[in-house]
Amino acid sequence: MSSRQRTTLFLIAVAGLAPLFAWGFRNLPPMGDYRGPYGYAVTQVAVYERHATDVVNAINYDYRGFDTLGEEFILFASILGVLLLFRPSGDDHKGKKQAQVEDALPVSDTLRVGMQAMAGTMVIFGLYIAAHGQLTPGGGFQGGVILATVPLVVYLSGDVKTFEAIVSNPLTKLAECGGAGGYAIIGALAMLGGAHFLTNFLPLGQTGDLFSSGTIAVISVTVGVEVTGGFLVLMRSYLREIIEERLQGEE
Amino acid sequence: MRLLQCVVLLLVAITAPGVVLSRDPKCQVVTLSFYGLICALMFFIFQAPDVALSQITIGAVMLPLMILLTLTKMRRQNLRREQEKKRR
Repeated sequence: MSSRQRTTLFLIAVAGLAPLFAWGFRNLPPMGDYRGPYGYAVTQVAVYERHATDVVNAINYDYRGFDTLGEEFILFASILGVLLLFRPSGDDHKGKKQAQVEDALPVSDTLRVGMQAMAGTMVIFGLYIAAHGQLTPGGGFQGGVILATVPLVVYLSGDVKTFEAIVSNPLTKLAECGGAGGYAIIGALAMLGGAHFLTNFLPLGQTGDLFSSGTIAVISVTVGVEVTGGFLVLMRSYLREIIEERLQGEE
Repeated sequence: MRLLQCVVLLLVAITAPGVVLSRDPKCQVVTLSFYGLICALMFFIFQAPDVALSQITIGAVMLPLMILLTLTKMRRQNLRREQEKKRR
């Protein structure tokens, strides 16, 4: 399809969609207008009932914890899918030696020093975000992603060996499985005491303390572990060939 | 506050077509990352810091990264195929 035909098709589609769009906008409620009673109720009782000052995470990991469990396994399943797609095939191994592709770039001193300085800061920041999910915005998911980007910063600083050591560590796989399973196990532990699945059974503690809000904090950290492990496994599967070639080149 | 909201919405409206109109996938990754950042700023200004944090980590870091890694993977596959063709 030529560029001209595509533009024509686009314009026809726009001509059809634009009136519908305008029509749909006509009766839109004003900004900030919220009619569901549930949201107001939860924001009123969350701090009192769960001792968590970040109501968003109180909802995510407690009030609708079962949905979040499902979301967690969506991430888990999609990472498994990528791993399955990128599994090393027989052809790859045959052609490895002859198919060396040169794309190693020399790393400048500025980049190396800057990235090395950043790595430590990012670890602390990621841990902070993951551990304080019940108190401030953030939580396990965001903290986990931040932690997972740290090895990439190491990679950017030109230290391929350290990067390989981090991402190929069997602990990454353990973290992914353990984190995903841990969520379900915490939920099931509540059932041992006769309560419903994912009931907040731990002591709630003092509002505003790091160790407060019961299972919310624990689940948040568990999710952080899963996300970190998952993304590290993902990165390894993407970069495996490049890393192997680079390490061969260094030897 | 209203003015800030209007400005950031305008920025989103400008950067979104920017992503669509950049033709080269490599350029698109950079514009997508920038668009992700602007989106995060929008969430923040509309008082959703939790969503903003997720948006920064996913929209501005992880998604462009995954696309970039996929592009690298594809490029290397093509290079290898060419090399094998030459060999034959």
